[in-house]
Amino acid sequence: MSAIPVPAGAPAAAQHKTVPERRPKRRWTGWGFVGPFMTVFAFVFLAPILYSIYLSLFQKRMVGGNQFVGLDNYTQLLADPQFWEAFRRVALFLVIQVPIMLTLSLLAALAIDSLKLYGTAFFRISIFMPYAVPAVVAALMWGFIYGNRFGLVGSLSDLLGVSIPDPLGANVILVSIGNIVTWEFVGYNMLIFYSSLKTIPHSLYEAAAIDGASEWRIITAIKIPALRGALGIATIFSIIGSFQLFNEPSILQSLAPNAITTYYTPNYYAYNLSFAGQQYNYSATVAIVMGLITMAVAYLVQLRGNREN
Amino acid sequence: MSKKTANAAVAHRGYNVENPRKSWLLTLVMGLMLIYTYLPLLWLFISSTKTQGDLFSTFGLWFGHDFALWDNIRETLTYNDGQFVRWFLNTLMYVVLGAGGSVLLSVLAGYGLAKFDFPGKNAVFAIVIGAVAVPGTALAVPTFLMFAKLGLTNTPWSVIIPSLISPFGLYLMWQFTRDAVPTELLEAARIDGASEFRTFRQVALPLLGPGIVTVALFAIVATWNNYFLPLIMLKDASWYPLTIGLNAWNAQAATAGGQAIFNLVITASLLTIIPLIAAFLSLQRFWQAGLASGGVKE
Repeated sequence: MSAIPVPAGAPAAAQHKTVPERRPKRRWTGWGFVGPFMTVFAFVFLAPILYSIYLSLFQKRMVGGNQFVGLDNYTQLLADPQFWEAFRRVALFLVIQVPIMLTLSLLAALAIDSLKLYGTAFFRISIFMPYAVPAVVAALMWGFIYGNRFGLVGSLSDLLGVSIPDPLGANVILVSIGNIVTWEFVGYNMLIFYSSLKTIPHSLYEAAAIDGASEWRIITAIKIPALRGALGIATIFSIIGSFQLFNEPSILQSLAPNAITTYYTPNYYAYNLSFAGQQYNYSATVAIVMGLITMAVAYLVQLRGNREN
Repeated sequence: MSKKTANAAVAHRGYNVENPRKSWLLTLVMGLMLIYTYLPLLWLFISSTKTQGDLFSTFGLWFGHDFALWDNIRETLTYNDGQFVRWFLNTLMYVVLGAGGSVLLSVLAGYGLAKFDFPGKNAVFAIVIGAVAVPGTALAVPTFLMFAKLGLTNTPWSVIIPSLISPFGLYLMWQFTRDAVPTELLEAARIDGASEFRTFRQVALPLLGPGIVTVALFAIVATWNNYFLPLIMLKDASWYPLTIGLNAWNAQAATAGGQAIFNLVITASLLTIIPLIAAFLSLQRFWQAGLASGGVKE
C-alpha cells in the first residue's frame, strides 16, 4: 500500500471537465462497467474491514470460547507498553525520514525539470529505478551491505581504520531502515513531483524571465506553489507508508535478530500477534487503532495544507 | 529597467526556457544521487559473480578470484529441484492473473465512472477513496481469517483475488478516460447503433493505450514485488512467489542445520529484478506519457 503512485496535479487541472457540455442521461448502464470492480472490492476491502471491527470486540477465553467483550481489547491496547513503543518508533521514523526523502525527491525533480543536466533522461529513469526493486531484494541487498560478514560497511571500516557504528546494531538500525526506505522511494516521489512540474505551461516561465525573475525566483514563486498538491499527496502516502512499516524490519530481522523485536513496528506487532501468538482478536485491535491514527494524522496534514493555501 | 533592456539582459544571460545552458556543477551534484542509486545494484551484480567463499573474503565492490556468475545462475536454477524456476513461474502467474485482472477491472470501472451518470456514483467515489485511506495492516489479518474460513488460504487464489483491486489504477483510468475519450465520439457510435460494450471496445479502448500501459506497469510492479500478502496467505513453498522464496532461502542460513546459500540468494535477487527493470526501460516512453497526461493542459 505504501507504494501507490499518484499523478500529481491531475485533479486540479482536470476539474474543469467534470461538468460536461451535455450531461449524460442518468441510467443504470454505468453499473455494467463499474459493477465487476465494486463486487471484488466489496469482497477484499469492505468485508475484511467489517470483519476486523467484529473481531476486535471479542476475546478467546480458556473457558467459554469466543466471548463478546465490548471495548476491552481497546482499553488493553491503550495500556500496552509494547504497542506504544512501536508507535513511538514509527512516529520518530516519520518525522525524520519523510522530510529527508521528500526534500531529496523535490531537489531531484527540480534539477531534472530545469533541463540543465547533461543526460536528463538518463537521470530521470535511473533515480526512479529502485522503485522496481522488490522491498525484499532492497532490504536483502542493503542488509548484506550493512552486515559484517561480507558487507561494505565492514570493509570500509577496515580500509579507513575507523570504526563505523554497526548499521545493524540496536541503536542505529532505525537509521539503516530509513536509508533503505529512502533509497526505494526517492525516485518514485521524484516522478510524482516531476509529472506535476510538467503540467506548468512554459509560457509562465518565459513571462517571468522577461520580467527579470531569476531562476531561483521562478522556482519559489511558480514551481513550488504549483507542486503544493503533489507535495500533499506524497506526504500523505509517506505517512501511511511509515505507519505501516513492515517489509524492511521483517526481512532484516534474520540479519539483526537482537536489534529487531517482535513488536518493532505496530504492523510487525500485529503480524506477530496473529501468526506467532494466535491472538487474532487483539491483533485486529492493533490494526484498527493504527488505521484510525493513520487516517487522523493524514486528515490533519491535509487540513493544514488546505489552510496554508 | 525598460522592457527592451530586460529582454536584452535575459538574452545575455542566455536564459532559454526550452533549451537552457547545461550545467556541469548541477550534473555533478546530481551525480552523487546517481551513485547512491546504483551502489547497491552494482554491489548486487558484482556479488552475484562470486563464489560463497569469495563473498566472505573479498572486497564487496570488486570481483573475486573466480568469476562464478554462470555457475551461480546454473545453481540457482537447479537448487532444490528447480525451486527458483517454480517460484518464477508462480510469480508470472500471479502477475498475469492478478495484475491483468486488476487492469481489466480498472479500465472498465474507470470508463464507467468517466462516461456515465448512474445511481450511486457518488457513493462509489466516496467508498473507494475512503477505503484507500485504510492502511493495509487493518486488512491483512481479517482478510487472512476470512479466506481461511472460505478455504482459500494456501491456494493461489488468496494471492490473486486481493491483487485484482487497485484503487489507484481505477483513479488513473478515470482521469485518463475523461481526458482522452471525447464524449461526442461515443455519442456518434451510439447513434450508429453500436451496443454500449461495442462502443467501449471499438471507440474508447484504442484511445486508452498510454493510460493502460501505465496502469498495467504499476500493477505488474505491485504484484511482482508483493510480499506481505503471500507471506501471510501461503504456507506451502510450492505456491511461493519469488519474494517469499528469496526470503526463505535467506532465512535458511539462520535455522539450525540449514545450509547457507548466500551466493544463491544474491544471484536469485539479481534474476528477480531484471525482468521488471527491462519492462520499465522498454516501456518508458508509454508509461511516462500516461502518467503525465493526467494533468497536462497547455
